[in-house]
Amino acid sequence: MIESAVENATSIQLDTGTLLEAYRTMRTIREFEERLHVEFATGEIPGFVHLYAGEEAIATGVCMHLREGDRIASTHRGHGHCIAKGVDLNGMAAEIYGKRSGTCGGKGGSMHIADLDKGMMGANGIVGGGPPLVCGAGLAAKKLGTGNVAVAFVGDGGSNQGTTLESLNLAAIWKLPCIFVIENNGYAEATSCRYSVSVGDIADRAAGFNMPGLKLDGHDFLTVYEAAGKAIRRAREGGGPTLIECKVARYFGHYEGDTQAYRGPDEVKKVRETRDCIARLAAEIMRADAGAAAELERIDGQVLARVDEAIAHARSAAKPTARDLLTDVYVAY
Amino acid sequence: MERKISFQQSINEALSQEMERDSRIVLMGEDVAGGCGGDGKMDAWGGVLGVTKGLWDKFGDRVIDTPISESAFIGAAFGASLSGLRPVVELMFVDFMGVCFDQIFNQGAKFRYMFGGRAVTPVVIRTMIGAGLRAAAQHSQCLYPMFTHIPGLKCVVPSTPYDAKGLLIQAIRDDDPVVFFEHKLLYPILGDVPEEPYTIPFGEAVCVREGDDVTIVAIARMVHVALQAAARLAEDGVDCEIIDPRTISPLDEDTILESVEKTGRLVLVDEASPRCNMATDIAAMVAQKGFEFLRAPVRMVTPPHTPVPFSDVLEDLYIPDAAKVIAAVNELVSSAKWKASASTR
Repeated sequence: MIESAVENATSIQLDTGTLLEAYRTMRTIREFEERLHVEFATGEIPGFVHLYAGEEAIATGVCMHLREGDRIASTHRGHGHCIAKGVDLNGMAAEIYGKRSGTCGGKGGSMHIADLDKGMMGANGIVGGGPPLVCGAGLAAKKLGTGNVAVAFVGDGGSNQGTTLESLNLAAIWKLPCIFVIENNGYAEATSCRYSVSVGDIADRAAGFNMPGLKLDGHDFLTVYEAAGKAIRRAREGGGPTLIECKVARYFGHYEGDTQAYRGPDEVKKVRETRDCIARLAAEIMRADAGAAAELERIDGQVLARVDEAIAHARSAAKPTARDLLTDVYVAY
Repeated sequence: MERKISFQQSINEALSQEMERDSRIVLMGEDVAGGCGGDGKMDAWGGVLGVTKGLWDKFGDRVIDTPISESAFIGAAFGASLSGLRPVVELMFVDFMGVCFDQIFNQGAKFRYMFGGRAVTPVVIRTMIGAGLRAAAQHSQCLYPMFTHIPGLKCVVPSTPYDAKGLLIQAIRDDDPVVFFEHKLLYPILGDVPEEPYTIPFGEAVCVREGDDVTIVAIARMVHVALQAAARLAEDGVDCEIIDPRTISPLDEDTILESVEKTGRLVLVDEASPRCNMATDIAAMVAQKGFEFLRAPVRMVTPPHTPVPFSDVLEDLYIPDAAKVIAAVNELVSSAKWKASASTR
């Protein structure tokens, strides 16, 4: 678990509408992931599933600043980024169940959900696979003058990959409109970042690439929202890349089925009780508007119904057919 | 009007004409211009062997020098292709695939399939192959079989200046990721090349020499080795047919099978290491689809299963040459054993 101090100097004042929008996205991610956790245990979901629960403030706080033309590249833990970038929940659920109506026709699965129309360049089965792609999206934005930005989500594990370090250098020398968001959840699979990362704060590596490096509490939506907003604005205006490290905890294992024996006793329980990002945002909203309780409850109900619908769609949807095996390899061959 | 230019010039011309036609095309790679950030001239190199020389003058910042970070910039080419550009990216020597292959085979090659057919990935990776420059084990390989193995990639192995231009223009206009292998010993060879742009479709082999006695399928520079061998064999009355597949993914199986049906004998000449190379791949294909055409076993002329050696003596021994092709052909056409079995057909 990450205990180091983080920069939490939020001065930002957001209107209730924006806060409620964030709350809805974060609740959707949480509900979706917790439901998958339950459904995976039934054996109905094939393959490997890596859940994002606990880290919702990061995807949400970043993606709320993005438009459809902006690109993101995600990780193996990609559901939250998909939802925050606006990928359809039914399509996502169907994809995770390996169905033909899935976002990728059942050919990608949880680790490869992508929706280029929404700017989502894919979850990724290769740790550190995304940052080079994000440099390319940034390069395209710059060359084509679209004003778009590109965001790479990377874990603490991915922060050690050569692809990530090469991409930080490339983005810096080309002054690309790229943001590298390191979601440091403390573990690369089962290995603690205290063992595997050479620095206490991955954000410190930014200095070596001549770009700003920020260290944030990834459980605090407002902090992430404010910092990401500044970095994205800076990138859009030609100011170049930023590295943002968000210290966070994942609520489930590396993958579904992980016994998590490598974690301390009550580690997750403590975070859930004291630092949960949704509880904190809800408290923030209530502080701003004591009458919002009913609205939060209404959103909770809508989110539950939406996730119910997505899972029901996925369960009843048709599987791909034998014909689908051979299609989509090439545009033409 | 016939016009002779080199293999190298034909590649430069194809790039230039296509960049002129489509502003979404960018050229990226290490020293593709050369001179970035230094106190001397820009376009100092124009590629390590000068193949892209002059393009920076014409296209300015669309010719992008990269740091030596193959993973980052080849991955960036794929990311850019998902975002509106059509990058032509140079992996200087194919031997360097070892530091960036993930971005090629796990990312770019698979986007279309993994994303359910909703991605278009128009990237061309230009890369040098081949032994003969005394460049030793890490700058001399022919690793195209490793790319051919990957679904989603197309692999092009031109052998003449004419094919190089037409196939490269096709590669640039293609919406799938294409790996374009340039044998470095072919750069100076001259050939007739039309000035106007033209394309050569992928998956269409060409018969570069007609003959009745034996089919030789040869890849890239080995086409020229096969032609030398065929000229000498012709003096002894052995008539070779030579097929140049031109692209190995897709592979024109029909042209190879039709030729084997005619000659009944097959020799494969491949500069790639002998295990799991194009020779073994095509031999297996013919065994499956054309076994009844064969009057003799298939013979493969390849280097030995060793790294490419440095010393000239050793490298010359390593590279398949005309003598080895002649020996293989002679064995098939002159052996009493195969003649006997042929007579029972």
